[in-house]
Amino acid sequence: MELEKPQESSYLYCIRCGLCLAVCPTYREYLKETTSPRGRVALTRKGLEGKLELSPNLFEQMYGCFACMACNDVCPVGIRPADLALSMRQVEEQKHPKRWKQIVFKGLLSKAGRLELATLPLRLYEKLGVRRLVYWLRLDRLLPDRIRDLEAMLPRIPQRPLRRVLPEITEAHGEARYRVGYFLGCAQSLLFAEQSAATLRVLARNGCTVITPKEIECCGMPARGYGRMDLVRSQAMRNIAAFERRDVDVIVTDCATCGSMLKEYDSLFRDDPEWKERAAAFRSKVRDVSEFLAEIPLEKPSGRIESRVTYHDPCHLRRAQKVWREPRKILSLIDGLEFVELPEADWCCGSAGSQLITHYETSKKVLDRKLDHIEETGADTVASGCPGCRMQLETGLKRRGKPVRVVHPVALLDEAYGGVDGQRNH
Amino acid sequence: MDSGIIEKLCRIVGEEGVLRTPEDLAAYSYDGTFAEGVPGAVVLPETTEQTSEIVKLGAQARIPLIARGMGSGLAAGSVPIGGGSIIVCFTRMNRILEIDEENATVRAQAGVVTADLQAEVEKRGLFYPPDPSSIRHSTIGGNIACNAGGPRCLKYGVTANYLLGLTVVLADGRVLKTGGKPIKDVTGYSLTSLFASSEGTLGLITEALLRLLARPLHVRTAMAEFDSLADASRTVNAILTGGIVPATLELMDRTAIVCIEEAMHLGLATDAEAILIIEADGSDESAVVREIEAVGRIARESGARAVKVAQNGEERDGLWKARRSAGSALARRAPNKLGEDITVPRSAIPDVIARLRAISARNGLPIVIFGHAGDGNLHPNILFDKRDPEQWRKVETMMGEIFEAALSLGGTLSGEHGIGVLKRPYFRQAVGPVSYDVQRRIKQSLDPLNILNPGKIFEEWE
Ligand SMILES: Cc1cc2nc3c(=O)[nH]c(=O)nc-3n(C[C@H](O)[C@H](O)[C@H](O)COP(=O)(O)OP(=O)(O)OC[C@H]3O[C@@H](n4cnc5c(N)ncnc54)[C@H](O)[C@@H]3O)c2cc1C
Ligand code: SF4
Ligand code: SF4
Repeated sequence: MELEKPQESSYLYCIRCGLCLAVCPTYREYLKETTSPRGRVALTRKGLEGKLELSPNLFEQMYGCFACMACNDVCPVGIRPADLALSMRQVEEQKHPKRWKQIVFKGLLSKAGRLELATLPLRLYEKLGVRRLVYWLRLDRLLPDRIRDLEAMLPRIPQRPLRRVLPEITEAHGEARYRVGYFLGCAQSLLFAEQSAATLRVLARNGCTVITPKEIECCGMPARGYGRMDLVRSQAMRNIAAFERRDVDVIVTDCATCGSMLKEYDSLFRDDPEWKERAAAFRSKVRDVSEFLAEIPLEKPSGRIESRVTYHDPCHLRRAQKVWREPRKILSLIDGLEFVELPEADWCCGSAGSQLITHYETSKKVLDRKLDHIEETGADTVASGCPGCRMQLETGLKRRGKPVRVVHPVALLDEAYGGVDGQRNH
Repeated sequence: MDSGIIEKLCRIVGEEGVLRTPEDLAAYSYDGTFAEGVPGAVVLPETTEQTSEIVKLGAQARIPLIARGMGSGLAAGSVPIGGGSIIVCFTRMNRILEIDEENATVRAQAGVVTADLQAEVEKRGLFYPPDPSSIRHSTIGGNIACNAGGPRCLKYGVTANYLLGLTVVLADGRVLKTGGKPIKDVTGYSLTSLFASSEGTLGLITEALLRLLARPLHVRTAMAEFDSLADASRTVNAILTGGIVPATLELMDRTAIVCIEEAMHLGLATDAEAILIIEADGSDESAVVREIEAVGRIARESGARAVKVAQNGEERDGLWKARRSAGSALARRAPNKLGEDITVPRSAIPDVIARLRAISARNGLPIVIFGHAGDGNLHPNILFDKRDPEQWRKVETMMGEIFEAALSLGGTLSGEHGIGVLKRPYFRQAVGPVSYDVQRRIKQSLDPLNILNPGKIFEEWE
């Protein structure tokens, strides 16, 4: 079988100017060329040209990349080192398929129901109060750092995933002006159900009839991160079909990662005559929730939030979707809220999908710098439009014992509208 | 590399500081050029003492030692030639040790990124002027070793003008300290200057004491568009002979403009034949404004079709981001580019530009021109595909012709990038036999074993 691999033109023109070193979080931590974008491009080129063995360590450098895409943005030549690192993971997967990936990505992640089942123990743990007991007895202190962080990173798991609770159709308040499809991501549904419920309230309040298809699958980002493009494509097909059946004006998500993946669906099927146009039509409808809210007239919230708020740019929003003004604009609508810009707001927080689990040390260092900046601002609340970033930031802040709240910017807007009560009284 | 040597290196800097996997070595086999050479090991010291131990080991075992900063060099200076060498990479020596506000000096380790140093001193109202375009991805050590300059050196001078003192590990491992905080110092030879543009061949720089200025409070930046490159180059002279010394005076030709615009989407005039970016700065706002207005007037009189002044910091940053990415953006046109950095007396700029165009036409490969026109330092970039041997032969001819043109107009081979490997063949001719001989003797007396970056600058060795 022919290897699916990056095209020569995607690395050949790198002139090794080194501009990308200046923006790379993994370079800044290790200060060595091997963990830099230029290094990853060079290894890719030498590997594919047969000058260097395609060794496990070579692929490890590709997994070491945080996929924050800062290098893609800065390269004046148009080289995309972040994309190359991902493609190289795919090359590895074709050469040495890993069984666990089959189970996780095909078995677990592809069916929302199965993932819910798998997280059941976690939900029980939450429900039975074991978690509180662990904290109360300070048992968490006894766990090794890494496990403790992972444990702390899990937000309080809702007792039932949002997917189960949510009606397929949420009616608009007042005149229905938009028919909005809501892509309910796994993390949002399972871990941040309350914040997603807030998204729905905000949309409904501003004239959207929201349709939430329940049969959707994972957006595909985790499988893409681990080089399984075959699975990404099949997941994409089912998601495209699900929204085609609903006939919506736009497809909105409040997960930066899902959004950036959904916006790539068109490029997945560029050479597929059957799916090409369907994917392009789907793609043209996808919006991050803040992007969509910035496009439509919004009701001015009457509530005040007396808070000092800063905003962390998720890579999957700022780099991948060029959405960064919009969430700030949403925050500016709220009276009482004092906004402070975060230094290096657009630097990766180190969460990068599952990087916290697989590249713990680097992730922690990158996070520490982010936390220092957050403390510098003196903010009591950090907003960010990505569940991965929010988990990462929450873990770090908790570890430092800082009482800083971490929320989705739209959840703040919902709060200013009065939250659940506001909805009732509206 | 011999495992005994690796073991000793690990003992000096710790396991984490010694890189030796094939992937590591491949990642350290290049700099900002197309040249390549694989080292035997890479070591990342964190102190002067460790560096000294490394050099002693190298001297004992006769192993070539190649200093490296961030590998942005454009002369293949940090690329190993010949096998079995150790790259000594300074990126982990990145601490700023002291900012002395009273004496306006900063002491920093060699691996500090220049932009970081600048930002840090600017927080205290101080100013480190040298601003190579690679400012965010090159080190103070590399800047000193190449005597880097940038747009601002028209008014403020190059890296060497800010050197007060150095800590250098010599070829036998001894630590040399030169200079100090006093601005005047004539106690013996100026050893500090000796290491500026030494390209890692005379010693390993581990620390630098740098002179600072007060940060100019006001800046204005203008962009002038021209329908002819000749008009633009005449404008440069008209401004400078008009008694104005702007902080910067940068030139870009049409191809450079188009490539940058493709990369950055700044709304540059892609139909202009040339653009000048001119910046005035100072502590008196009205003087700065007057200066930039005078510049605009002169530009229009010399044929500029439009002159625009940046209205805010964002616009100004955009212009500089554009200028800094000029060299790299050209790679959108061809897989390889060879960027030269000839310097001519500024009166000869129109002449040299005409000759460059002729060289390009004669050989049939494009030459893109941009650079620090104000100080006569141009970056003619030849675009080509190295995989085509025919094109590579042409490039070699053209390089010779470009240097020839510069020298015959009273200029030099390199204003910024240094000799390294790429300009070695032209070095002797450029400086003449006497200077060449003196320089080689200096090298021989400081590095008799020829272990410090051998094969750089000097073509032959006996
Ligand atoms: C996009 C781009 C733009 C550039 N723009 C400019 C510009 O405007 N002006 C300019 O002058 N240059 C420019 N350069 C060239 C280059 O950035 C400079 O020469 C820079 O000073 C190199 O620094 P570095 O840390 O990357 O050194 P490296 O490339 O790693 O090394 C360069 C040379 O210095 C020696 N060296 C490095 N560190 C030490 C040390 N601690 N002790 C002794 N020797 C050492 C090396 O052996 C080598 O010979 C540019 C390069 C690029 C890629
Ligand atoms: S990837 Fe782009 S920015 Fe990085 S070294 Fe290559 S050309 Fe330069
Ligand atoms: S995506 Fe981020 S971590 Fe990966 S190489 Fe680029 S800048 Fe570095």
